[in-house]
Amino acid sequence: MIQTFPKGGIHPAEDKFSAGTPIRVLPLPKKVSIPVSQHLGAPSEPIVKKGDKVKTGQLIAKSKGFVSTNIHSSVTGTVTKVDKMPDSSGYKRLAISIDAEEDQWEEGIDNSKTLNRNISATGEEITGKILDAGIVGLGGATFPSHIKLSVPRGKKAEVLIINGVECEPCLTSDHRLMLEKGEELMVGIQLLMKALNVKRALIGIENNKPDAIRHLSSIANEYEGTEVRTLQVKYPQGAEKQLIKAIINREVPSGKLPIDVGTVVHNIGTAFAVYEAIQKNKPLIERVVTVTGKKIESPSNFMVRIGTFVSDLVEASGGLPDDTGKVINGGPMMGKALDNLDVPVTKGTSGIVIVPSAEAKRKPVLNCVRCAKCVGICPMGLEPYLLQAATEFKKWDLVENERSLDCMECGSCSYICPSGRPLLDYIRLGKSTVNKIIRSRKQ
Amino acid sequence: MSDIVINSIITVSAMGTAAAVILFLVARKFNVVEDPRIDLVEEELPAANCGGCGLPGCRAFAEALVRADDISDLKCPVSSSEDMAKIAVILGKEIAEQDPLVAVVRCAGTPDKRSKTSIYDGAPSCTIESSLYTGESNCPYGCLGLGECVEVCKFDAIFMNPETMLPEVIDDRCTACNACVVACPRDIIELRKKNKKDRKIFVACINEEKGGVARKSCKVACIGCGKCLKACKFEAITLENNLAYIDPVKCRLCRKCPPECPTNAIPEINFPERKAAAEAS
Repeated sequence: MIQTFPKGGIHPAEDKFSAGTPIRVLPLPKKVSIPVSQHLGAPSEPIVKKGDKVKTGQLIAKSKGFVSTNIHSSVTGTVTKVDKMPDSSGYKRLAISIDAEEDQWEEGIDNSKTLNRNISATGEEITGKILDAGIVGLGGATFPSHIKLSVPRGKKAEVLIINGVECEPCLTSDHRLMLEKGEELMVGIQLLMKALNVKRALIGIENNKPDAIRHLSSIANEYEGTEVRTLQVKYPQGAEKQLIKAIINREVPSGKLPIDVGTVVHNIGTAFAVYEAIQKNKPLIERVVTVTGKKIESPSNFMVRIGTFVSDLVEASGGLPDDTGKVINGGPMMGKALDNLDVPVTKGTSGIVIVPSAEAKRKPVLNCVRCAKCVGICPMGLEPYLLQAATEFKKWDLVENERSLDCMECGSCSYICPSGRPLLDYIRLGKSTVNKIIRSRKQ
Repeated sequence: MSDIVINSIITVSAMGTAAAVILFLVARKFNVVEDPRIDLVEEELPAANCGGCGLPGCRAFAEALVRADDISDLKCPVSSSEDMAKIAVILGKEIAEQDPLVAVVRCAGTPDKRSKTSIYDGAPSCTIESSLYTGESNCPYGCLGLGECVEVCKFDAIFMNPETMLPEVIDDRCTACNACVVACPRDIIELRKKNKKDRKIFVACINEEKGGVARKSCKVACIGCGKCLKACKFEAITLENNLAYIDPVKCRLCRKCPPECPTNAIPEINFPERKAAAEAS
């Protein structure tokens, strides 16, 4: 049976050009810049200084506070500076720059490709190790994974959901991982199940990836409790709440978390990182990044060290085409355009999409014609046109009461609007303002 | 026939009298004594309801004035000091002398001074653009030019100059209500002391980058060289985070610093032409 979530959703062109290209390991970068804030929550605290020699996999910034995580060096070399560097928004944020020399791994890390299926760690050890290894949600939200695994008292996880949906157009990094690292993923899922103490794991994959569904289903038989669920293609199925609804038909109430309905969702990329962290003792220092675009010479999937510059990535896939309108960090629906390619790949970078200029321009903004298309497709059941207008005219009470904080910024409303209105831009502003107001109220 | 008329007259009058008595008693019971000075004070206030005082409207501000024992902390940015003095007389309270202020735009990055590195086609709001990225030019501090300050001004005192793509303040209209200062996501606008003939000397830049980086992003950026510091005889200029700042109170408008600035980041506005320059031309 093909499942999906019932409310809203859209079908943008898939454009998965790089689905057939195997993951290539990008040659070691000469220089990396590793921001200390690559995750949601408090920035990590650097523990190295200029001139220090670091090895690959060495801890360079420590978790600071509960919602935070560790950061490790992705190369071997000398720290050239611990200073503010432009991040993907262009603003300068604290980052650790390292000049790479050779590739010497920190002791204790198993860098071989051999598969290790024997799980010896206990549940608590797994959660602890995930924090040590600096693992965050690799789907793009970069929420520290160890927090999701520490189930609050009084609540119980019944089932683990693995997000292999990859509903963003263009991106193929999870797809390739599923095809190439299927066994490792399964072990990673077993580890997550053990950490959560659940007996069942459901892997959701959309039916535009039949090869991945076939491959994982065949391996899943060998592992107890894991099952692959085929989902109908629909954006934004990869969003936590939509995926839960699609797979186990439970609705996460407004303002609540998946654990409130007895489930925890992790991404395919995260499961792979968990495998590496526990079975291979390898911290999160590299990830799969898709570099794609209509005009680009060779759309590819790279295994990239964190901190590598986007310009190196683009170079490796054939250079920036002449006709480039936008370079998007992330998928075309939720990603943000870059105005400078000399920014580092972070833990949350799932792809780099190069859009030709004809497609990069927004439609001219016209008046709202009250067609209610945005209301129809909003997967959270909000009224985007209303939130936009309320934000534009600064009616913050209305923005708050219309549940703007439920919005997960999938961008479906901006995509569908026939008048080309910048709905999501305003909703984001409304959300951040409402958050500020709520915070000031608590004080 | 006449009975009906008489009866109705009697009934209606009785009802009216009873209602009048009830209303009179209720009015007595729930009588609210309002300080008559509130109305008097409100009349002296500008009635712009701009919220510049931090209270919701002029009436609320008038109430606060009447209630407070010490009104020196309560300031209406729009009222002149004479108006405030009148209010002080009504209330019989002391009031501190208040220097008139005026909004100043501390960015001079016109398109020819700042190269455009990207094109922004998102929602026309400075706050949104600023939250997304550094803006169309490389300067992460500079004016974005979408005019949110113009939108919030209730006095039509600020407008976008289409040539410079920067907001300009009309000093006579500016009431220093602070609305534009709050609206600007980059804190470019500052309230400074109003001088005679609207003369102004200030550092028209808030870029805290190191000199080279700042200069690269904008030709008229303050590079933090400190030359103006040496030129100033009144210790009005401070240098912090690679950025010079002229204290509006200490500055005596001596015009020593502007020619020292290697990047022309210190404009002099509404001054007569300099002698040397006048002779040369």
